[in-house]
Amino acid sequence: MQKFLRKNAPAYVFLTPWLVGFFLLSIFPILASLYLSFTQYDVVRPPQWVGLENYQYMFEFDYRFWKSLQVTFTFVVVSVPAKLIFALAVAMLLDKGIRAVGWYRALFYLPSILGGSIAVAILWRQLFDYNGVINSVLRFFGGDGPYWLSDPRYSLWTLIVLAVWQFGSPMLIFLAGLRAIPQDLYEAAEIDAAGPVRKFFAITVPLLAPVIFFNLVLQMIEAFKSFSGAFIISGGSGAPLDSLLFFTVYLFNEAFSYFRMGYASALGWVLLVIIAAFTAIAFWTSKYWVHYENERG
Amino acid sequence: MASVTLSKVVKAYGNVPVIHCIDLEVASGEFLVLVGPSGCGKSTLLRMIAGLEEVNDGTISIGDKIVNDLPASQRNLSMVFQSYALYPHMSVRKNLAFGLTNLRMPKDEIARRVADAARILQIEPLMERKPRQLSGGQKQRVAIGRAIVREPQLFLFDEPLSNLDAELRVQMRVELAGLYQRLGTTMIYVTHDQTEAMTMATRIAVLNKGIVEQIGTPYELYNFPRNRFVATFIGSPKMNMLEATARGDTAEIAGIGTLKLPDGVRGQGSISVGIRPEQIAIGDGGALSVPGKVSLVEYLGSEIFVYVTLPSGERLLVQAPGDARIHNGEPITLSISAAQAHYFDAEGLRIGT
Repeated sequence: MQKFLRKNAPAYVFLTPWLVGFFLLSIFPILASLYLSFTQYDVVRPPQWVGLENYQYMFEFDYRFWKSLQVTFTFVVVSVPAKLIFALAVAMLLDKGIRAVGWYRALFYLPSILGGSIAVAILWRQLFDYNGVINSVLRFFGGDGPYWLSDPRYSLWTLIVLAVWQFGSPMLIFLAGLRAIPQDLYEAAEIDAAGPVRKFFAITVPLLAPVIFFNLVLQMIEAFKSFSGAFIISGGSGAPLDSLLFFTVYLFNEAFSYFRMGYASALGWVLLVIIAAFTAIAFWTSKYWVHYENERG
Repeated sequence: MASVTLSKVVKAYGNVPVIHCIDLEVASGEFLVLVGPSGCGKSTLLRMIAGLEEVNDGTISIGDKIVNDLPASQRNLSMVFQSYALYPHMSVRKNLAFGLTNLRMPKDEIARRVADAARILQIEPLMERKPRQLSGGQKQRVAIGRAIVREPQLFLFDEPLSNLDAELRVQMRVELAGLYQRLGTTMIYVTHDQTEAMTMATRIAVLNKGIVEQIGTPYELYNFPRNRFVATFIGSPKMNMLEATARGDTAEIAGIGTLKLPDGVRGQGSISVGIRPEQIAIGDGGALSVPGKVSLVEYLGSEIFVYVTLPSGERLLVQAPGDARIHNGEPITLSISAAQAHYFDAEGLRIGT
């Protein structure tokens, strides 16, 4: 033991700040939230053990929970494929070897850096306001734009557009993936009389599948966790008519508006299970459509 | 089968010229090998014929048709790539059928052609495997199979054997030669390996720095190299070159002696005398006897390569029978035959026939 300590003590000394952070800021809150999800806790009084009551209420009586799930699923199902398709299209354009490609890359990546910020959400609110830039442009061309943000039919779509606009990060990953596809496969396909569409579906997509899969999982998790845009644009409430009641917005309200920390913790664990389930499904289906070059047998 | 004609073909990448005004005729049914050192433009030339590189000037014709503006898919040719370029996510069967499917060929015709190719190349047991499950030689066969199912009028090979080990390379070389005899289709084959070129070609074009140095049969190139470059590039081991000063019908080889030039070879001033290692005899008796000292002996079984240092400091490589008893460090006398030597002027061009 002494020998072990003598040998490894310096490593543990250097690791200590990280270990303290990890246990205090990650492991402890995770375990605490799991415990709290089985309690009623309003921050002021000590937590009261209620067993599965929070989960039971959530699934049996809480229509806003189901509404928030519906909003979040719609957002994930529409925004993730749209963002990936857009990102791939732009990556393919940039892969053509156009001039000043570095500038375009930086320009397209910019929204991804700004995307999660409050400032962009506020900007988005200004753009899609009834008297905002979008409607001003529509009016200039003789049209009349709707109330994008206060009409429940449109509000979620503005957030989906915001999500798709932040295509920079998957685009960069796609670009790297496209660059890794050997050029001679396209040349062989060219000689084999494959047109551009055939080349895309017979070569690009299958060889890019690991990258598509990676982006899909990453973007799906991001989309499930999406918060700041919906929070800012809906004024924190999920309005209008709960059309922007993202799961995370609902969770935030339960925790910090109504101080139902136990219930909010339960919501958090349900979100974790949902994300884990979808990720597992993605991994399970990947064996049917993802080809890895170095895979054995 | 189709002939291929290149007329004043030029290619440059930006300001860097790669192919300088090349004229080349490949007869229908011919096996032409483009050979040359790395960077000589041989692969670029092949890719231009394939339609994978734009032609900056001049014309390329396949058969009677100028194909400069014709896409690769419409040139009715097949190409085997150095890297094999097999589609990694498709089985061998799908790799073979890919081009035919794109041509919207009837399914039974595709199946027949794929089966024929598999039988010819003996890859029938591999048909459901993916490329990653194949060895280098098997991949090469599949790549060739993909080329032959198209039944094209022209085959192009871009260094197809260079990724194989030495033994497999020899085996595939024989198989490719057999395939050529069987199909009789025009083939253009790029390699930097002059042994491949000599053994497979009906004619060889030697390229250097974007120009064709010489076109001819392997026999012509070996025995009548047009210039110094071809003389030293063709033949393994490489031809020995000795610098000399010609005075009419004699040549004074620095530090060695005077050689009486054969009929038809006359010169004045600096010349180079080229002697192939197998044309140097050990012992006295040639037109010129040269004393030297053995500095290295390489034993290859049926033959030995003897590196001999001359009194002038120059080194000659001599090829001797495998049973010759020659040892490092011993003195040796070499004899050179004037008639078997090759002579090149100061510009490197061949003197005489």
